[in-house]
This record gives sequence, structure tokens and C-alpha cells, in this order.
Amino acid sequence: MKANIIVSLKVLLAFTVLLGIIYPLAITGFAQLFFPYEANGSIIKINNKPTGSELLGQNFQSDSLFWGRPSFSNYNPLKSGASNFSVNSNSIAILQKKQADRLKMKINNKSNDLLYYSASGLDPHISYHSAMIQADRIAKVRNMDIKEVYKIINKHNEKKQFLFLGEERINVLLLNLDLIKIENEKSK
Amino acid sequence: MLYNNLFQIVVLITLLVIVCPILGYYIFSIFSKEENSIKNINKYWHPLFIFSKIELLIYKICKVDKLQNMDWKKYLFSVLIFNFFGFVLLFILQMIQKWLPLNPQNLGNVPIDLAFNTAVSFVTNTNWQNYAGETTMSYLVQMVGLTVQNFLSAGTGIVVVIALIRGIANKESNLLGNFWVDITRSVVYILIPLSIVISILLISQGVVQTLQPYQNIETIEGVNQTIPLGPAASQVAIKMVGTNGGGYFNANSSHPFENPTPFSNFIEMFSLLLIPMALPFTFGRFVGSKKQGRTLFFTMFGLLLIGFIIMLFSENYLHPILQQSGIMEGKETRFGIVNSVFFANITTAVSCGAVNCAHSSLTPISGLILMLNMMLGEIVFGGVGAGLYGMLIFVLLTVFISGLMVGRTPEYLGKKIESKEIKMAILAVIIPNMVILIFTALALCVPSAYSQVSSGGPHSFSEILYAFTSSAANNGSAFAGLNGNTPFFNIFLGLSMIIGRFGVIIPVLIIAGSLSNKKIIPKSLGTFRTDTPLFAFILIAVILIIGALTYFPALSLGPILEHLLMKSGIIF
Repeated sequence: MKANIIVSLKVLLAFTVLLGIIYPLAITGFAQLFFPYEANGSIIKINNKPTGSELLGQNFQSDSLFWGRPSFSNYNPLKSGASNFSVNSNSIAILQKKQADRLKMKINNKSNDLLYYSASGLDPHISYHSAMIQADRIAKVRNMDIKEVYKIINKHNEKKQFLFLGEERINVLLLNLDLIKIENEKSK
Repeated sequence: MLYNNLFQIVVLITLLVIVCPILGYYIFSIFSKEENSIKNINKYWHPLFIFSKIELLIYKICKVDKLQNMDWKKYLFSVLIFNFFGFVLLFILQMIQKWLPLNPQNLGNVPIDLAFNTAVSFVTNTNWQNYAGETTMSYLVQMVGLTVQNFLSAGTGIVVVIALIRGIANKESNLLGNFWVDITRSVVYILIPLSIVISILLISQGVVQTLQPYQNIETIEGVNQTIPLGPAASQVAIKMVGTNGGGYFNANSSHPFENPTPFSNFIEMFSLLLIPMALPFTFGRFVGSKKQGRTLFFTMFGLLLIGFIIMLFSENYLHPILQQSGIMEGKETRFGIVNSVFFANITTAVSCGAVNCAHSSLTPISGLILMLNMMLGEIVFGGVGAGLYGMLIFVLLTVFISGLMVGRTPEYLGKKIESKEIKMAILAVIIPNMVILIFTALALCVPSAYSQVSSGGPHSFSEILYAFTSSAANNGSAFAGLNGNTPFFNIFLGLSMIIGRFGVIIPVLIIAGSLSNKKIIPKSLGTFRTDTPLFAFILIAVILIIGALTYFPALSLGPILEHLLMKSGIIF
């Protein structure tokens, strides 16, 4: 018994060093060497100033930008998480109506990601359809040709990964950055 | 569209069905008695050469007596004492993190009740989380505390099932093996190599792995965002492989930093199912009949598939009030409906508890399947090791019931099943069930507990029922509307995790010891065969009858009632 207690403590400490220090540090070293961009949060820099992570959504409110999905935490990365509302709660029904009114969209079964909270509160993507229904607004506010807006949307439409994994989607931050870039080039 | 999306699930399962028998054989060769079971592992050109050196180094430093062979009492004592020290270390680390290094955000010490809950949670392979990782735990606690227990709790599951299997396969011997050797080998040869490969794949997809402090940025619209970072990938890998499920970040595997792309989601689903799906094959090898292993595999697989199909239908059902189907509430755009539903099904079936969608926001019938997956005792593949020993308990019960029906002494693989085994098997089934129902009832009676729910109607009951089910079954996923970070829930969920874990491990090791001593009766014409589809069918029936009888009343107050209200257009 007593011998086993001592062995137990030793094995625990040995594993703590191996699994708690050596293993994560080795992986960190490897990551920093071979995947520095990914391992440090996929931060996008514009003019050397970080403007966000490619993987995290932002709370776009301006009419001149594409909007992302509703977020229960208003895209605060320190408060990741979902609403956890039941689909049969009043809150969801109210949210659906509010979003549909704001987007001036008809409730149908085409895509409904813009009507409901995401799981992480940081979903960087919207569906293709959800981008297309915003094209009209963007074109009007920015005084652009709607075909040009469609063109940008199509450019950013990500196919399924390896053609069969996940869903087609559009990264809203990258889309908006491109929109601003094109505008800036025009005004030059 | 739906069929198109189902294709990825078909690919995933096909891959697993190919890989798992091989992994099952590999696990067998790690734990089987024959010397040099993994051929040439001590040769320098072998890919696992370095791991064999690590193994020997651990024995040397810790002065482990490799040749010691333990009976069930010694084995159980070692399991318990090792887990107890693991708990103490993790408990203390959290409560002093403020004064320790690698805490760039200067997070304060974790309060005592939360530290208790979290330490129990990670030691018991539950990984229920009453905290948000990014604002509670320092890098040091995540690495040295939580990651370590992710490995060791998974290792504990594996060695307990190996001890049980040895007990079944032994011929009149009381020796179940050496716990220290088994735990070292399970970690060094199975969990570490898999975790390394998976962390690297995940990092390539965008999972963060760094020691830099959180980064402040200014968004396009001029709002400040603080982006949390940390050594996440190394922990996410073992959280999936070891079916732990405790997220690095609060949003777990729905967080873009933990699960950034459809491919990372594919890897996570693959690694979550990998070891639990391989262990039935390991079992088959140990008892010298691959068919026995395959029968268990297909029994589990059948139950998994039934749940998935019901959930798919439920999610694609036109919601009478919202007038939409495939509702994206609590789901991520990149995964869509099929990936979310399948992930939710396997994470509850496999006792992982990592989530890539909000379980609370799935349709009521989906929620019911998730709870049922856990209520059946986490035996639909189940947690690493824990699933198989849970299933073997049901096998003993089935053999016993069938024996009673035809009036002959029940036996399994040549071992007579007698009153001691059955008593212990019943205990292992009843203990978690009792905890779930009694603690749920208790929480409903305590106003300070019941007031922590966030929704109305039957869903509020479901939140509490789910919490105790998830903790007693050592799953760890949640209907997270419930605020569990209160002294009541921290203590009672903690107790329910301890009882749910060791209330099963203790009877299992007693059974292992008892079976181990018995002689093997040769097969005869009258032997009840346990490797046929008929047996699988009876086994499924026994599992479902026990589960349904125990939980139908509780489930009808929660998800079933909610479904009926939804159909008649009532929301709350």
C-alpha cells in the first residue's frame, strides 16, 4: 500500500512534466515554426495594424457593410457562447421577426443563418444566400452597380472544403475588407 | 442537398471502419502479455522508438516494479489513489494560479467550489465546465492542470476496461496486470502519438497554439476586440482523442479557434470516435474471437445510427411557429445542419461532451436522443474504455436474463455468471441512474438551484435533467442555459460525477476479479451463443428496456412535453 502511494505520487509528477510541460511546449514550438500565422490567431493586418482575426466575426452595424449573424455576446471574443434558447421560446420568435424586418427578407426555407444566433457568438461566416439578399442595400448605400456587388460576393464564396466537407460560406470580414479596398481604389 | 451533405458522414464512417480494427489490434498488442508484443519497438528505426524510451525512463525515475502483477484489490487501490492525487494537484493549481507563472492576463484564483467542481470534472473524464476558459484559467492551469488530467482520465478508462477484459480472458488466476505499467503504456503508446498528429493537423487549420498574451485589435468600425489566445491545439487534440470534451474556450468546439474549418471538424469527429470504436476489436482479440468483438461493435453502431436518423428527421421538421426547418439557432455556418447533428449525436453517445452546436437549441426530440444516449449509460461506444466496460455490464445482464428464460446457468465466454457478478452489474447500472433522478428532484426542490435556469416551460426542467445526466454519465456537454456556477451546482454536480465514475469502476473491477478466478468451461452444443445477430438484438432490447423504464417519466416531463407543445403551436 505505502509503496503504491509513493509510486503514485512519482508517476503523477512524471506525467505532469511530460504531458503538462514538454508536450504542449513541443507542440507550441512546432506550431510557431511551421504555422506562425495560424497558431497566433490568424490576425489580419492592414497597413501593419491588426484589424481582426480572419476566423472571428465582428459586429458590423453600418449600412454600408455586410452584416454577419446575430451574436448573443455582440461578438465579444471574451464571451464566446450561444444563447442556449430553446427553439420554442418567445425570445427566438422575437429575434427571427426582428432580423427579418431589419434585413427586409421573407421568411422561407432558403437559408436562415442571418435570423438566428450562432453557436460561438463569433461565427465569421454567412451563407451565400444571406450575402446576396444584402447586395441591394450595399449597392444603394455605396452607390455601386449591383453587378459589381454580386461579383465581389461571388469572388468570396468559399466552396465546400475538398468539395465535400461542410457548407458553402462567405467570410464577412474578408468580404467587407475587399469592399472597402475597391472603394478606396476608386476614389484614388 | 441533404444526400450531398450526408456523403461526408459516410466517408467518415468508412474511414473509421477501416482504421479501427487495426487500431484495436495495436491496442491489444500493447496490453497483451507476450513480451515484445509491439515488434521491434526498441529498434531505433521504429516510428515509436522514442516512445519506448520514454516508457522505460518513467519506470526508472518512478521506480516502478514492472514485474509486479496485481489482483483486483491492489489494482483498484492504485486506480483510486492515482485519481485522488490527480484531483488534489488540479484543485490546488487552480486555487493558486494568481501567484504562478504563465498567466499573462493576470487571472485571479479560482473560487473553492468552482475549483472542486472543475478538478472532479477533469479527473472523472467528464469535463463539465462551470467556467469560461478564456476568462478563468491561466495558460499554466490549462497546460499543467487540465491537459494532464485529460490524458490521465482517458488512460484510467482504458486500463480499467483492459483489466476487466483480462479478467474475462484469464484462466483461474487472480492477477489483472500492473496498473502503473498499463497507465504508462496507454498514455505513451496510444494517447500521446495520436494527440501529436491531431494537434498538428488542427493547427494547420487555424487552431491557436501560442504562449503570447491576448491581442487587442481595432475592428473596421473602430470597436476594440480582445482576442483570446493560448496553447489550445495541444489540449483540443487530447480532449477529442480521450473523449474528455472540455473546451479550451467557453464555446468549445463551436469556437472558430477550436474548430475553424469543416476539415478540422472532420478531424475532431474522427478522433472522438477513434478509440471507442477500436476497443471492441481489442476485446475480440483478447478473448480469442474476433466475432465477439464485432458483435459488440455492431450493437453499438446500430444504436448510434438509430439516434442519428431520428435527430436528422427532427431537425428537418418544419417548425410550426417559426415556419422554417433546419433552424440555424446555436449552429455555425461552416458546419451546417448535418455536421452539427452528427457531432451532437456522437459527442453524447461517446461520452465526449465537446460540442460544435448549442444542444439546448436543437429541436426537443433531438434533445431527447442526446439525453437518452447518456442515460443508457454511455455505452453507445461510450467514453474511452468506460463505454466498453459499461457495455460488458449490459452483456452480463443480457446473458443472465436469457439464461433465466431458458432455464440454464448463464455463462459468458466460458465463465459462469453467478450471483456476485450480477449483484455488481446491477449496482453499476443503478448507481448512476439513481444519482441522476434523485439529484434532479433535489435541484427542483431547492429554490436557489431552480432559479438558475434561463428558459421557461418544460425546457427549464430539461436543463436541470440534462445537467445531472451529463455529469453522472461523465459526458460533460450541457443545455448551457443553466447557470451551474453556484455553490449548489458546483457541489452536487461534482458529487454526481464522482459517484457516476467510481460507482461504476469499483463494481467493474470487482467483477473482473471474480471472473478472473473462474475456470473456463469448454463450449458445448447447449452454450448460449453471444456472437450472433440474435444476441445483439436481445442486448439492444435489454438496454432500451432498462433505459426506457428508468427515464420515461422524467423525459416525458421535459423534451416529450416540449415536443407536444411545439406541435400544437405553444411557445413559452
